[in-house]
Amino acid sequence: MDVKKLAQLASEGQAGTEIQKLIALPWADAFRISLRNVTLRIGRAAITAAGIILGIAFLMSVLTSKVAQEGIDRSEANKFSHSVETIQSVDQGTPESKKEADDAKAQRAGKQDWLVVMSLLVCGVGITNSMLMSVTERFREIGTMKCLGALDGFIVRLFLIESALLGFIGSIVGVLIGHLFILLSVCIKSGFSTPAKMDWKEMGFYILISLVVGTLLSLLAAIIPARAAARMPAAAALSTEV
Amino acid sequence: MAVIKCPNCGAETEPTSAGILSVCPQCQHDLRDEAEKQMREARKERAKTIARDDSVTTHEYIVRTKGLKKEYRMGEEIVHALRGVDLDVRRGEYLSIMGPSGSGKSTLFNMVGGLDKPSSGTCFIEEVDMAQLDAFELAWLRCRKLGYIFQTFNLIPVMTALENVTLPMIFAGMSTDEMMDRGRELLDLVGLGERLHHKPYELSGGQQQRVAVARSLANAPAIILADEPTGNLDLQTGREIIDLLKELNMESGVTIISATHDLKMIDVSDRVVHIRDGQVERVEKRADLKLEIGTMGEH
Repeated sequence: MDVKKLAQLASEGQAGTEIQKLIALPWADAFRISLRNVTLRIGRAAITAAGIILGIAFLMSVLTSKVAQEGIDRSEANKFSHSVETIQSVDQGTPESKKEADDAKAQRAGKQDWLVVMSLLVCGVGITNSMLMSVTERFREIGTMKCLGALDGFIVRLFLIESALLGFIGSIVGVLIGHLFILLSVCIKSGFSTPAKMDWKEMGFYILISLVVGTLLSLLAAIIPARAAARMPAAAALSTEV
Repeated sequence: MAVIKCPNCGAETEPTSAGILSVCPQCQHDLRDEAEKQMREARKERAKTIARDDSVTTHEYIVRTKGLKKEYRMGEEIVHALRGVDLDVRRGEYLSIMGPSGSGKSTLFNMVGGLDKPSSGTCFIEEVDMAQLDAFELAWLRCRKLGYIFQTFNLIPVMTALENVTLPMIFAGMSTDEMMDRGRELLDLVGLGERLHHKPYELSGGQQQRVAVARSLANAPAIILADEPTGNLDLQTGREIIDLLKELNMESGVTIISATHDLKMIDVSDRVVHIRDGQVERVEKRADLKLEIGTMGEH
């Protein structure tokens, strides 16, 4: 241990008259730290992500079955219009009965929308709870960072990046699970030609929507815990025993 | 700063206003080492004077507290953690705050470190009233002027030793290359050059505390605040950390304020402030302490 050299290093900058009035946490560094937090606390991250995966998988399954059903309906309708031309005598329902069927369909869709919203809400509460726990177990770390010169904003930034990352990864997994599961079950039920009948442009749009919803949901859920953690006085954060 | 004498041609030159002088204008000899040496000497001299002499002018006080009070509410009761503490810490001093647990020494430590706000009274660091600072200025102060060492080391568990040491430098806006070099050097100097990429849980307590010491020096602070730095260490390792702090104090003139009830600390402290029931009970100077220890030994 070369203390003389250390002392010299320790006093460097003390003599300088130029004072750099700057406190910063560049995004690249913040991202690196957050990513490290996710990968090294993988157990905790997995629990948080599981909430998002389930919520998004459900959303995706509903959307996929909707697109698949539309695809099947469309091809049926095409077939029907062909058959109408050839067999004129067949009477396929009055306008009234067709309207009734449409009403029932709309009602079913409404119920499904409600279910999706509810499941996303539940999933949001779950993520908030999980983030709250993960913030609580890191109080001491937060206090230390504040001692080292972190502003409240840095702490919030770190937690938000972390939850956005988790939200995005969880959404991808959720989309894959929900989509593939429903696709498979539709294929088994209505034949393996179904994917060809589906409108993939619409499907792609829904996948994008699901990813955005998942990431935003996770981000929103983290805001309250992150702010609470950042606002804590450094001394209080340091003295917490967890 | 005083003039620098060139060791090559003997010409004496005045450094620029910023205190920087890299080459001799007479013979182009590299003067950086010389300038640094002189600076160190001057600082060392100052530290010695301060340790010896009581008659230093008031602006040599780096920390001053006036009537510092802190009250906590615990349910119905109001707990008086501090009942008006007046304390002046000289620049370059090694000060120990001693007292039984619950005496308020940690509270005092937190006030001086800007980690907590007093209920009343003021705390000045380098003539700046801490109560007047906004969040940004306070963060700046913590980042640039203060270095913290804790009983529980408080390293960030997911970061390597090097990353822990460079974290305050990120906040200070240092460039990556500069940061890595300085971090490596600091860790090398505390004897952990071989363990740059170890995580805290892969290091022993003493090693973790040495990482913490290196981290506290990251941005060349004016004051190092150590809260029971030896509390979680065995005798031998504790001794090493104390020696390291003392030598830093002597060599670089950094002010060290340490809350402790480790008696080994008395040996190296310039002054010991005893706190009891939230008040300063008595202040002992090192000279008096030496006497006491001496007489105790003769029994």
